[in-house]
Amino acid sequence: MTPWIPPTINLWEASISAKKDLVIEARNLTKVYKMGEVEVHALRGLSLEVQRGEVMSIMGPSGSGKSTLMNTLGCLDRPTSGEYYLDGESVAEMNDDQLADVRNRKVGFIFQTFNLLKRTSALANVELPLRYANRSENRGEIARQALEAVGLGDRLDHKPNELSGGQQQRVAIARALVNNPSFIMADEPTGNLDSKSGDEIMRMLLALNEERGVTLIIVTHDPEIAKRTRRVVTIRDGQIAEK
Amino acid sequence: MDYLNSLVVALESLMANKLRSALTVLGIVIGVAAVIAMLAVGRGAQSTITGTIEGIGTNLLFVMSGGSSDVTNPKPLTLADAQAMQDSFAAPSVIGVAPMMQGSGTVTAQGESTSTMLEAVTPQYGPVRNIELTEGEFISEAHVLSRSAVVILGPDVAKELFGRTDGVVGETVRIDGQPFRVIGLLVSKGGSGFTNEDNRVIVPLTTAQSRLLRRSTPNRVDMIIVQAASSEAVPQASEEIAAILRGRHRTGIGADDFTVFNQQDFLDTAAAVTGVLTIFLGGVAAISLLVGGIGIMNIMLVSVIERTREIGLRKALGARKRDIMIQFLAESSMLSLLGGILGIVLGWLISVAVGAVAAASNADITPVIGVDSVLLATLFSMAVGLFFGLYPANRAASLEPVEALRFE
Ligand SMILES: Nc1ncnc2c1ncn2[C@@H]1O[C@H](COP(=O)(O)OP(=O)(O)OP(=O)(O)O)[C@@H](O)[C@H]1O
Ligand SMILES: [Mg+2]
Repeated sequence: MTPWIPPTINLWEASISAKKDLVIEARNLTKVYKMGEVEVHALRGLSLEVQRGEVMSIMGPSGSGKSTLMNTLGCLDRPTSGEYYLDGESVAEMNDDQLADVRNRKVGFIFQTFNLLKRTSALANVELPLRYANRSENRGEIARQALEAVGLGDRLDHKPNELSGGQQQRVAIARALVNNPSFIMADEPTGNLDSKSGDEIMRMLLALNEERGVTLIIVTHDPEIAKRTRRVVTIRDGQIAEK
Repeated sequence: MDYLNSLVVALESLMANKLRSALTVLGIVIGVAAVIAMLAVGRGAQSTITGTIEGIGTNLLFVMSGGSSDVTNPKPLTLADAQAMQDSFAAPSVIGVAPMMQGSGTVTAQGESTSTMLEAVTPQYGPVRNIELTEGEFISEAHVLSRSAVVILGPDVAKELFGRTDGVVGETVRIDGQPFRVIGLLVSKGGSGFTNEDNRVIVPLTTAQSRLLRRSTPNRVDMIIVQAASSEAVPQASEEIAAILRGRHRTGIGADDFTVFNQQDFLDTAAAVTGVLTIFLGGVAAISLLVGGIGIMNIMLVSVIERTREIGLRKALGARKRDIMIQFLAESSMLSLLGGILGIVLGWLISVAVGAVAAASNADITPVIGVDSVLLATLFSMAVGLFFGLYPANRAASLEPVEALRFE
């Protein structure tokens, strides 16, 4: 785990030392949605670097391209142009199966709407990434440990509709963690929660970073949440806004 | 993801929608059950008919009047024709000739009455058809010459009239109002087949000609049964008989006014008829299986749309195209396989029920469920599940993860 580098350090030096352990290196990303005649430029030449162990929040007005960027970084979608290296590997050259593999092993997703499988126990939900990773050894045990880590050791057999919103999001966190990904991406993880459970979730995510060095990227509209992360990136009109 | 896992996942999602899965399965169950039952009944009918025909004996020939339609002056078969066939020079392969007439009549005795099949025969009918009696004696030459009013009862007729199947010799019955003395009782054949051999009475041919079955031509008979020396001699005997009749009826070759059947002809005709029947029944049933398959496709398509977000999520968590494909195919083939198994059981029950109904109404069809039709139904239903699951599965697998996740 690379220690956080204070902004006072010479930027050039910092970039040299940081390059050794970049999780995300994106250059000139563009994303164009074609809607019939109209072209929507969701990303306009955006570049971003994220170091291992970093906690970063992404802010910006609605429609500025935050989710588009998250989907691109999470390999759910391909950029229209630009380069993207995840753990030093070029994502642009990967085929669909390789992308599926990257999503499985390197990215942990946390969604605003939790996105758990209905009618499926918490344990089975957390096991899912392990299944797609073809890991058969002790799947149940690994999933159970992940649920214990988010404080749900006594809710293993509960279905999503038998859990509170905060608990569901914790199951989602356990699921994101279970394959030891290179980074966790959370798109408005507290958007559907009241302030108390939202606060709990934030504390849990930050604790995971402190204790395990998990790299975190959090999209949020809430300045209070942004304040709690060391790095805040603001996006405006598909580009990173200069301060 | 390994295959066992896919099966578990598929099973889980089927269990999550029990009612819908059950209704989908029902379509396949009905289709497969129909195929199994129809084929079984068709085969049952076939084997019953075949059995009946085989019971006739392999060395018999049946001569009937009527042949090709372009004969100018067709003549009926007569007793004289039958006598001519007994000429051992003209027909050396023939060892027995039994002319006969057939009809039906009402037999009464002691206030009881029953309608029955009437056979009018000569003494030779006994050995030719292997007639066995439990008591009394068969019709003799003297009976035929003197047009005696004597009758041999089938066991069902005796039971109907006298309530017993022994000691009826010497009783008097009335056939179409005329008194006949009972001289014998037939051995029971167990009443199988489409014509119940136990429900008939046998009278001398000449007696019937003058009193019961009057025909326009005197001495006319309905059929002449010819016994060949052996089953190998059947074609030879057939030729000899045809030559005799052509001479007597003065018809040229190719314009016969009679037809000679042997057992094989009957078997071939029956096989053709029941074969068409079986194919027809099976075809109708297969259509219902097809409809069941379309039901699967429909449900799977609905399921894919409904679970778009789930598919997107699975892809986000690392499912490959193949994983999704296998999951949906596993679901559809599980549905159809389950339907197939239940359908086989239901089809078997239906077959048994049909057999019971048929037995109750004296048409002794024993439905035959072959291993091949079970295999066919299982494989076919699996194929239906795979085929009709393929399109929905492919649609699910091809969804873009972002699009699928954004789907409302
Ligand atoms: N599938 C799509 N087809 C067409 N246009 C799209 C699509 N997805 C996003 N866009 C457009 O791209 C732009 C960026 O969208 P995006 O969802 O990234 O915004 P966002 O920053 O996440 O907004 P919010 O804060 O409201 O979630 C918007 O103008 C949006 O209309
Ligand atoms: Mg968004």
